[in-house]
Amino acid sequence: MLKAIVHDQMQLGLAQAAVTALAAMLVVLLARKRNIHLERETAVALVRGIVQIVAVGSVLVLLLRGPQWTGGLLLAAMIVAAGATSAKRASGIPGAFPVSTYAIACGAGSMIALMIWLGVIDTPITSLVPVGSMMIANAMNTNSLALNRFRSDVLAHVGEIETALALGADSATSVASYSQASMEASLIPAVDSLRSLGIVWIPGLMAGMLLSGAKPLYAAIYQFVVLAMILAASGLTALVSTWLIRARVFSPAEQLVLRPGLPSGVRH
Amino acid sequence: MNASDTRDGKATPTLDIRQLSRVVAGVALVSDISAQVYAGEILAVTGPSGSGKTSFLRLLNRLDEPTSGTVLLEGNDYHEIPPRDLRRKVGMVTQQAFLFPGTVADNLRFGPRQRGMELADSEIAKLLSKVGLPGYEGREVAPLSGGEAQRVSVARAVANAPIALLLDEPTSALDDAAKAGIEELVRGLVKQDGLACVMVTHDSLQAARVADRVLVIELGRAVRFGGAKEVLGAQSDSA
Repeated sequence: MLKAIVHDQMQLGLAQAAVTALAAMLVVLLARKRNIHLERETAVALVRGIVQIVAVGSVLVLLLRGPQWTGGLLLAAMIVAAGATSAKRASGIPGAFPVSTYAIACGAGSMIALMIWLGVIDTPITSLVPVGSMMIANAMNTNSLALNRFRSDVLAHVGEIETALALGADSATSVASYSQASMEASLIPAVDSLRSLGIVWIPGLMAGMLLSGAKPLYAAIYQFVVLAMILAASGLTALVSTWLIRARVFSPAEQLVLRPGLPSGVRH
Repeated sequence: MNASDTRDGKATPTLDIRQLSRVVAGVALVSDISAQVYAGEILAVTGPSGSGKTSFLRLLNRLDEPTSGTVLLEGNDYHEIPPRDLRRKVGMVTQQAFLFPGTVADNLRFGPRQRGMELADSEIAKLLSKVGLPGYEGREVAPLSGGEAQRVSVARAVANAPIALLLDEPTSALDDAAKAGIEELVRGLVKQDGLACVMVTHDSLQAARVADRVLVIELGRAVRFGGAKEVLGAQSDSA
């Protein structure tokens, strides 16, 4: 319908963006009727999303003409931005930003480097940045889920954790089951994506490769390769983040610092 | 008031609490409390809700860090003792039992396992017999009654062979019969094993029943400290 009304490609893009944003806001308004308030967060996310992707798209156009190292620089900047975004899911935990950034850098960064070395990812910016950014974005989501789950589990089980500490357990032992649960929960999306590949969804990368003339079978296999890389990057991210964050919720004297009603930053 | 007391003939208290304070976000939860607890005695800590009783108790095994002051454990500054060793020596039982999923025996083995020790079946049987739950080793903890769970919680703390025991309102969630049973159990354990016990209770009648000495806290400060009869008698006189 939109194509019948708008003929200019730019205007069509803006119109499509407007209607999809409107659809998202309508869902938010429906949620509001059930006293679920996501209005502000969704509106901010929509505005940020469009501004960021247009800005990055513009930068990409410039970078595609630049030297190859700019691709690495862009991915490094993406890792820091992903760390900052993810850290917000762990409010109250001191040092969530460095933990998130290290975890995503270890998970996505090391996997990207490994795959470049193995020749799975091509080094030209046009391949490196889109595939790398997919891995970083998924690692960020995994990290957010892991931190969010860990935080809520710790807050919901303060009694059990302190009981273990009071019996002489070390901090790692006292939160081991919550670390494990948060790692498992954080990997559900990546595992499910791989499990349902081709049955529930046909990802955009494969569709793009087909459109650009790649052999269908290679496009399908490469799509699997990308999702397997995402799973590996996400798994490593979750491992590192649940390992690092564990130490952040305890003081050096193994006192639990993440507790309801205890102001963040209280020194133990 | 500085709640100091001395006892003739007993040179070293198990817990020598020296001017403990804890301030969080500018609010003094515990202010300058001193007290001594000797082996084989129960110190009841009483006071109105929100007076700082639990905050005070949590400082005694360093679940929270004092802003100032310290505790000497058998004469040694507890800051010099690794926290895990300190908590093994100063056991704690809270209002809710917080038993770990599994069997009663699994719960009793938890503490010793943290330092690489495995309790023998006979030791578990002995502990359970001590807390009035003989034959409970293999039972799952989920269906236990409140009173039974609290007894397991006491046995779990005692399995670590502590020299002091901290009790935070251990009977407030129990019915009268279970409450009387736990009181009797605690008194028996403290006297039999020579433990130094600090018991937080909002119930002054309970304090009168079980305690040798009483510390009354109001607004984070010790306002009375001494023999149970003397302190609680003075309290009822002033009421």
